[in-house]
Amino acid sequence: MEVPILKQGHYLIASIQSALTDADLSQLREALIERVGKYRSRGVIVDVTALDVMDSFAVRTLRDIAHMARLRGAETVIVGIQPEVAFAMVQLGLTLKGVSTALDLEEGLAFLDRQARERSERVQGRNPRG
Amino acid sequence: MAAKGKDSPAPAQLDPQATLESTAMLLRELVAHLRQNRTQLREEWARRITRAQLLTAMTEEEIFAEATSVYDNYVEALETGTFEALQAYARNLSERIIPRGVETHEVVGIVLLLRDVLARSLFGKYHEDFDKLNRILDAYEPAANRIANTVAVGFVQERERIIRQQQEAIRELSTPVLQVRERLLILPIIGVIDPQRARQLTEQLLRAIRTNRAKVVVIDITGVAAMDSNVANHLVQTVEASRLLGATVIVTGLSPEIAQTLVTIGVDLSEMATVGDLQGGIEEAERLLGYKVLPLEEVTPKA
Repeated sequence: MEVPILKQGHYLIASIQSALTDADLSQLREALIERVGKYRSRGVIVDVTALDVMDSFAVRTLRDIAHMARLRGAETVIVGIQPEVAFAMVQLGLTLKGVSTALDLEEGLAFLDRQARERSERVQGRNPRG
Repeated sequence: MAAKGKDSPAPAQLDPQATLESTAMLLRELVAHLRQNRTQLREEWARRITRAQLLTAMTEEEIFAEATSVYDNYVEALETGTFEALQAYARNLSERIIPRGVETHEVVGIVLLLRDVLARSLFGKYHEDFDKLNRILDAYEPAANRIANTVAVGFVQERERIIRQQQEAIRELSTPVLQVRERLLILPIIGVIDPQRARQLTEQLLRAIRTNRAKVVVIDITGVAAMDSNVANHLVQTVEASRLLGATVIVTGLSPEIAQTLVTIGVDLSEMATVGDLQGGIEEAERLLGYKVLPLEEVTPKA
């Protein structure tokens, strides 16, 4: 099943609705990375609320998405990991190191907004005229 | 447990049917003897208990009273061959004496003493007829063994039940997840952390993060006396899992001993935010959440 990718302002939102095959995941990764450039997005949110299992391939794909999107200039947040899934993941050692996470979509958006603000403040700090 | 297989106390060499009958007869004779000498045997038993310094938590009168009822139950179990009443009594007795600090060896000791006292009285009665004594003992020994077994098992079971109950109570008492501010949770951990409890703690915390929409969690381990690498790894896992839900964890209250152990055994806690005490942890959490706590006059300087 293809994952719908929505464009919302400067952000892309991919909301996973059901269990995905490895092929679906790879397809999602390619689609996201391509669209980050196309829409000049500054942030990507992947919502995994509907997933009650997360295997190593899924975790690796999510991590790859985050790292690739960063190279293309967008920050990625994974949102909506279920408590049981989180517990199972750490027990298996799949901890998404270096990837931002948030409780749900709302939190994810707030996180990206805050990041954007901090970035612009940094830029203004460097440029006294701004 | 082994005594359970010896339901029918039959010496091997005799015709089983006849043996069963004669066993019943002998037991009846035995019970009659024990009934007749009830007072004397009971007193002898109580004396032996005191002399052996068993049941020191109880007064002499109490020992005598308990001895009387144990004796009667014992004789009844010998007579009827059923152990339900004795089992119930053993449980009831255990319930009464366990809180007073009576130990397992004492309970087993007094039952064995009673067995000894009764056997001696049988020796006394039948010492002229060796053959009869032999047969009486054949009937008596298995039944007596089973009684001793029943009482001891009853006591141990009661003890285990109490221990289980207390473990359960401790477990329920000791894992509160508290919200101190909007989006800030505190998890004070007190006592020993075993793998089962660590798992339960983590699950509870993760659920609480979700329902309270927490952003920061302060785990306070001031009340944890010792920590090994297993527990430390559990803690790291809890921190990781919380991060996956989007919450930052701050660990506070690591005692000097724990800090030394963790560094000595080489547990890597560099990923973990730690603050000295609970107060500092809450202040750090407030900073992360964008709160600033000020005295009132500093907030309204114009007034």
